Amino acid sequence: MTEREERRFAEVPRESIKLMAESTGVELSEEVAALLAEDVCYRLREATQNSSQFMRHAKRRKLSVEDFNRALRWSNTETVCGYGAQDALPFRPLKEGELFFVEDREINLVELALATNIPKGCAETMVRVHVSYLDGKGNLEPQGTVPTAVQSLSEDLLKYYQQITRAILGEDPHLMKVALIDLQSNSKIAALLPYFVYVISGVKSVSHDLDQLNRLLHMVKSLVQNPYLYLGSYVRSLVSSVMYCILEPLAASINPLNDHWTLRDYAALLLSHIFWTHGDLVSGLYHQILLSLQKVLSDPVRPLCSHYGAVVGLHALGWKAVERVLYPHLPAYWANLQAVLDDYSVSNAQVKADGHKVYGAILVAVERLLKMKALSLTLAAEGSSAGLPAGCQWEEWTPVSLPAMYCELYSFFGDSLAVRFSTDPPLGGAPPPGPCQPLEGRKEPASSAPNLENTRKMPQLTASMNISPRQDGSPRMEPQPPSLAATVPGRSLSRSSSSSSVSRSRSSSSRPGRSTSQSRDIFPKSRFPLPQAGPPAFSFIIGGRQMGRRCLGRRFQTSFTPTPPLTTLPPRAYAHKLPVIGRVSKPVRRWTCSHYSLHLPL
Amino acid sequence: MAAVQDGPMELDTEKETKPEILSDGTSKLSGNAASGTLSSSPLTAGGAPKQEDQQTLIAVLQFLRRNKLSESVEILRREAGLEDQEDSQTLDGSGGGKGDRDGGEANSLLSRVSITSAAAPQIILSTSVTNEQLDVSVVLSAYSQQGDPSLYQVYYSGLKNFIESVLDCHRAELSQLFYPLFVHMYLELVYNNHENEAKAFFEKFGGDQECYYQDDLRVLCGLTKKEHLKGNEVLLDFRTSRFVLRISRDSYQLLKRHLQERHNNQIWNIIQEHLYIDIFDGMPRSKSQIDSMSGSFAGEARREVNKVKVFHGLLKEPEIEVPLDDEEDEAENEEGKPKKKKTKKDSMGSKSKKQDPNAPQQNRIPLPELKDSDKLDKIMYMKESTKRIRLGPENLPSICFYSFLNAYQGLTAVDFTDDSSLLAGGFADSTVRIWSVTPKKLRKVKSAGELNLIDKESDDVLERIMDEKTASESKILCGHSGPVYSVSFSPDRNYLLSSSEDGTVRLWSLQTFTCLVGYKGHNYPVWDTHFSPFGYYFVSGGHDRVARLWATDHYQPLRIFAGHLADVTCTRFHPNSNYVATGSTDRTIRLWDVLNGNCVRIFTGHKGPVHSLAFSPNGKFLASGSTDGRVLLWDIGHGLMIGELKGHTDTIYALKFSRDGEILASGSMDNTVRLWDSTKAFDDVETDDFTAATGHIHLPDNSQELLLGTYHSKSTPVTHLHFTRRNLLLAAGGYSSQ
Repeated sequence: MTEREERRFAEVPRESIKLMAESTGVELSEEVAALLAEDVCYRLREATQNSSQFMRHAKRRKLSVEDFNRALRWSNTETVCGYGAQDALPFRPLKEGELFFVEDREINLVELALATNIPKGCAETMVRVHVSYLDGKGNLEPQGTVPTAVQSLSEDLLKYYQQITRAILGEDPHLMKVALIDLQSNSKIAALLPYFVYVISGVKSVSHDLDQLNRLLHMVKSLVQNPYLYLGSYVRSLVSSVMYCILEPLAASINPLNDHWTLRDYAALLLSHIFWTHGDLVSGLYHQILLSLQKVLSDPVRPLCSHYGAVVGLHALGWKAVERVLYPHLPAYWANLQAVLDDYSVSNAQVKADGHKVYGAILVAVERLLKMKALSLTLAAEGSSAGLPAGCQWEEWTPVSLPAMYCELYSFFGDSLAVRFSTDPPLGGAPPPGPCQPLEGRKEPASSAPNLENTRKMPQLTASMNISPRQDGSPRMEPQPPSLAATVPGRSLSRSSSSSSVSRSRSSSSRPGRSTSQSRDIFPKSRFPLPQAGPPAFSFIIGGRQMGRRCLGRRFQTSFTPTPPLTTLPPRAYAHKLPVIGRVSKPVRRWTCSHYSLHLPL
Repeated sequence: MAAVQDGPMELDTEKETKPEILSDGTSKLSGNAASGTLSSSPLTAGGAPKQEDQQTLIAVLQFLRRNKLSESVEILRREAGLEDQEDSQTLDGSGGGKGDRDGGEANSLLSRVSITSAAAPQIILSTSVTNEQLDVSVVLSAYSQQGDPSLYQVYYSGLKNFIESVLDCHRAELSQLFYPLFVHMYLELVYNNHENEAKAFFEKFGGDQECYYQDDLRVLCGLTKKEHLKGNEVLLDFRTSRFVLRISRDSYQLLKRHLQERHNNQIWNIIQEHLYIDIFDGMPRSKSQIDSMSGSFAGEARREVNKVKVFHGLLKEPEIEVPLDDEEDEAENEEGKPKKKKTKKDSMGSKSKKQDPNAPQQNRIPLPELKDSDKLDKIMYMKESTKRIRLGPENLPSICFYSFLNAYQGLTAVDFTDDSSLLAGGFADSTVRIWSVTPKKLRKVKSAGELNLIDKESDDVLERIMDEKTASESKILCGHSGPVYSVSFSPDRNYLLSSSEDGTVRLWSLQTFTCLVGYKGHNYPVWDTHFSPFGYYFVSGGHDRVARLWATDHYQPLRIFAGHLADVTCTRFHPNSNYVATGSTDRTIRLWDVLNGNCVRIFTGHKGPVHSLAFSPNGKFLASGSTDGRVLLWDIGHGLMIGELKGHTDTIYALKFSRDGEILASGSMDNTVRLWDSTKAFDDVETDDFTAATGHIHLPDNSQELLLGTYHSKSTPVTHLHFTRRNLLLAAGGYSSQ
């Protein structure tokens, strides 16, 4: 124990005592030196223990020279002078002669006195306030990390920061562009990253201002694209800001005139971009985000614009995300959406318009899912070595084969889905063999539909375009994420607009179709044989589940009560129930107008 | 640091040995301390002189006589009530006198049979030497009986083997003996110059001791020479105070039998000389029960110490009529309202009229009368409290953190006014700074010359006397000559107290921002000071191990609370102003009666110096935080520990109950503020008669359930916490860049 103790404390050996005595010209005997050494050690320990009290009362963790001096003073000992500096003193050994000393360089007073760079005085002590709060579970609510000392940044950086933020958030679009470009390429702004991230985390406070949100998102993009920045853990903050724009029912969306859809689309693209380029940093976030998107999607209380965000978000995360989350969730959601779409009351017009946006988004997502899945399977079939592992990954969890998936989706979307494929030449060119063949068969629906209907459908499409040229859809001028651009070149730009317009045409055509049911039969899709005999079983469950929902339960009753017929009817029976698709968010009068005009080409 | 005054130290001894005399000896005490006259000397303040104290007095007399101060000799002799005894005679007789007195003591266990001739020559030897040396040798004299130093290890390990072999239920209790025996045996070896044996002894058994004694052991192991003992108060304290152990009768009998069988006189002597064994009937305590109560410097508190009745209830709120202007205000708002308000106030008044059975007499302590401004403030307070947010586990307070920037690690103390309008900071550079937290700026009163020019009849005279030119957001108060360790606002916001390393407490005016009084008395660093909730009185505690009660208009203390064995680190007034709680480096908390200066509660259980205290608003409970990162909760009425809140990882410097007492906030050096469910903590304790009688409470380990939330600051230790009148939590601390 003593051995251990002794090592724990600093010891002054008797040799040192002797040396010190010699330096003042006193000769000490061995015995005296030993006694003195022991006593010195004890006194030093005592003083140190006493000084720790001063440290504790000054509420510090670090013992200062000043504390030690106070202890010495109170024990009537001379204090040690000259060690008051805050910095640690370098304690150096001298190689020859076992000597240790504190480096104490000489200071040239003349130089010091005449120096021009006079050291700045200490900043005035000040008090700063910071507010935070806890949620019900006792967790600290997430909040941006407040930059605690902006003063620590250099003047230049501070100026740069101010200029950039002012330019980006300011009025001048040209200035903003310049600022964004610089932010994208500047290699010296690493120190400012937390500040920018903090600024971006302010999205929550400007949710009423689409323009500002847009600018902030652009800022995210620039930061993400800057090759010199290592985002590190800040990427989480950025992702959460982007997710906010995608999912939250923004204050700006209260006004239907505000085009928050574009913002959501853009944010979704940005999200996909972040995942594409910074996959290593955000890999842990992927599941978290999928979960939150799923949560939003399955929450019927959320407004439709949030659902829309969830769909485009899933779409942005890739077709596998769509397959994994959206596809299994679709039956449940569909009933919900349909209720909205089937409500023709004027008061519902706005909600219904939103519903159509969601519908369009789902359609686009689903379409890509089918295409990509088909493609992946083809690849798997053709280049078995390259394609198979990819296929295996998702086949672990989804047993749904492509034809089954198509059937199911077709039951929801009916012709509008087919139309999507019909307008897509590269995929439609495959030969349509029998459905029994597992590989080629799943392309059959896509190809067979255009084969027969191309001529009939195309005029519809153009007609609708004429009626409402891009007014309903959101014009997209943003660049596509690489994944999108690579797989569906050229189509991405008009995706949303075309989808909605197609759906509109689909809707208008289906309305008469419902009344005169024989026109249905012309559609070739009905000829597509089902892999399974009966309709998918999910429809019943969902019908029951929908009852308690906010949306019209009665309607569900009517549409789902004839369950026995459903088994006999082909699944497209659902499609009949979908009369209006892609309707404009504007007044009803316009809808009637387009309705009538649509009749002309037909 | 040199030995602090001997007076308090000697008083400790008495209190430790004869609490029963202390408690019923109030008549004597009142003669000295509580008579209302200011006690002039700390020596006489604590109680009547007895045995060792008498020796000190004699030594002082000697000293005075040697310096030909015959008048002082006379006065001292008269005041101390000493008979005209001659030195030599008294010194010889002191042993006998001791015997007489002890013979009268009820507790035969404590009879000092072992004091034999060994002690006497020691004293006689020291008569010729100076005062201090006499004291030290008196203090250490009991160590002079010599055993064979080489046998100490045998003795100790014999006892150790015995204790390890007894039944489990007794082992935990008897294990308490290890530490005090170890220390006393070690000191005895050191005192008798057996340095090597002492080292070997320490080496062999030092590792066996409980981990919470490590700090003391560290001090101990450095001490290997008799000369070192003289200057070391810590160990003098250990010797002078009897280490208190609580052992069940069964366990004690077991021990006694063992020691008698083995004729282990050495250990038996130590037990009789230096330990106080508080024997109780009933089940032996479990290890966890013992551990929760032990850890203090001198063992646990004796049970009888905590039996005194404490009036922990609140005082009746003074009835305040609604002043005219207030009603006018209300009338302006709405016609029907003022009447409603009035009826409401009446109901509130009737509520408070009901006398709390635990409350002290309204005039037990004379309190200052309310001024008009105080009444206005009370009305403000009532108004605010109607808007108060009711906190609870589901409704946690928001926090507002005041970070002191550019304080360069120099922020040592913070205080808020009760209405949260002012913020004061004490700094290591001897300054006190005051900030206005509201937009209202701080202004000085005009100089005397300018004041003469003011029309004193005008309505806004209070506004006119302020000097607009001096308006600023903060003011600096300079006057101390050492770090300011604590600041405290008076309830009426007119004064500020600050205590400093320079040994003084200063009273500052917040009207003129100048120093009004410097209270000198501590002579050593004053660690803490705190204003009474009613103003006028304040308490201070410092390195001299005493807490002092002052009134702002007296330059000398009214009471001296002596009894702690080490520095008094923190002081707090009870909400009813009749009691003062002090926390100390000796790891105990004491509650003192302001009326008579008696110690009415001793709480042990902390394993490190106590650095923060907080009374619950209803006055029933006390929370204390220490360097070990734990908060302990105490029931004042029963004198029991009722809770342990574990969670912090560093010293707790700030504790505060919410205004309604539902939430306890604790702020620590580990940069966090934690919120605890105090309602649940107080409710969960089952206090049946047995636990209340013995004080052996079994603490539930439910810290995690009680912890409601944690606020993290980035790099700011929390120095102070405050709940505004509407229950917003304010915290303050100095941002440290390291």
